[in-house]
Amino acid sequence: MTVNELLKLEGFSPVVITDGEAEVKGVYIGDLLSWVMGRACEGDAWITIMSNINILAVATLSDVACIILAEGVELSEDIKTAAKDKGINIICSEKSAYDIAVALSKAL
Amino acid sequence: MSEQLLFTFDVDGDDFTSAGQASSQVKRNLRQLGISPDIIKRVSIAMYEGEINMVIHAGGGTAVVAVTEEHIEIVLKDQGPGIKDIEQAMQEGFSTAPDDVRSLGFGAGMGLPNMKRYTDYMNIESEVGVGTTITMRVNLM
Repeated sequence: MTVNELLKLEGFSPVVITDGEAEVKGVYIGDLLSWVMGRACEGDAWITIMSNINILAVATLSDVACIILAEGVELSEDIKTAAKDKGINIICSEKSAYDIAVALSKAL
Repeated sequence: MSEQLLFTFDVDGDDFTSAGQASSQVKRNLRQLGISPDIIKRVSIAMYEGEINMVIHAGGGTAVVAVTEEHIEIVLKDQGPGIKDIEQAMQEGFSTAPDDVRSLGFGAGMGLPNMKRYTDYMNIESEVGVGTTITMRVNLM
C-alpha cells in the first residue's frame, strides 16, 4: 500500500505529503522518540501523538514512510514547512492509535 | 584508502529544535559514500542521541565524524557539567533530564544505552565541571 492509497481509507487526512508513492510496509506505534528511532523500521507508518519538531528528525533517521498523528493532534505551520523541506509525509486522523492500527492492519 | 574523511559539526545548545541536523547531514553523506543502510542507521541513531544529550545537558558542543576503511568514528565533545557517575548514567531508565524535555518525548534514560547498543565501541571521558567527550565506533569490516 502506498501513502496515497492509505489516504483513501476513511478517517485519514493529508497534512504534508511529499512522496505519496512511498510504500507503507508496516506499522509502528510509539511516543518515546529514542525508542521509536531504534525500533521503527524503514517503510513503517509511524503512529504518534507527539507533535514537536523532533518527530521530523526521528522520521528522517528511521526512514519511516509516513508519520500518522493520532487523536486529532495538530502541527504548527513552521513544523509543516520543515516537513516539506525534509521530504516527510505526515497524515492526521481523529482515530486513536489503536483504531488506526486496526484500520491499517486490514488494509496492508 | 588510508586517509580518513572528516565531517565536523557545531551542535547548537540553545536550540533544542535544531538537534538532529548534524546526524541527518551525516546520514546523507554516508549514503553518498555508499555505506550500507544498516550501518548508516546505527551511526545516525547513535549520533542523534548524542546530539540530544549535548543540547539537553551541556549547552551544545562539537561532533566530529571520521570515516576510514575500517570504521566510522564519532567524537562528541562538550564543555557541559560532566557526568558524575558514568555507570549510573549508562543504566537504561536513569535520567536527569528536566520535565519539559520529557514532555517532548526524550529524557527516558535511553540515550546513552542506545548509543552503546548501536555502536561496536563506546568510551566516555567525563569530568564534573569540565565536560564530556564520547567516542563511538561502528565497524565497517
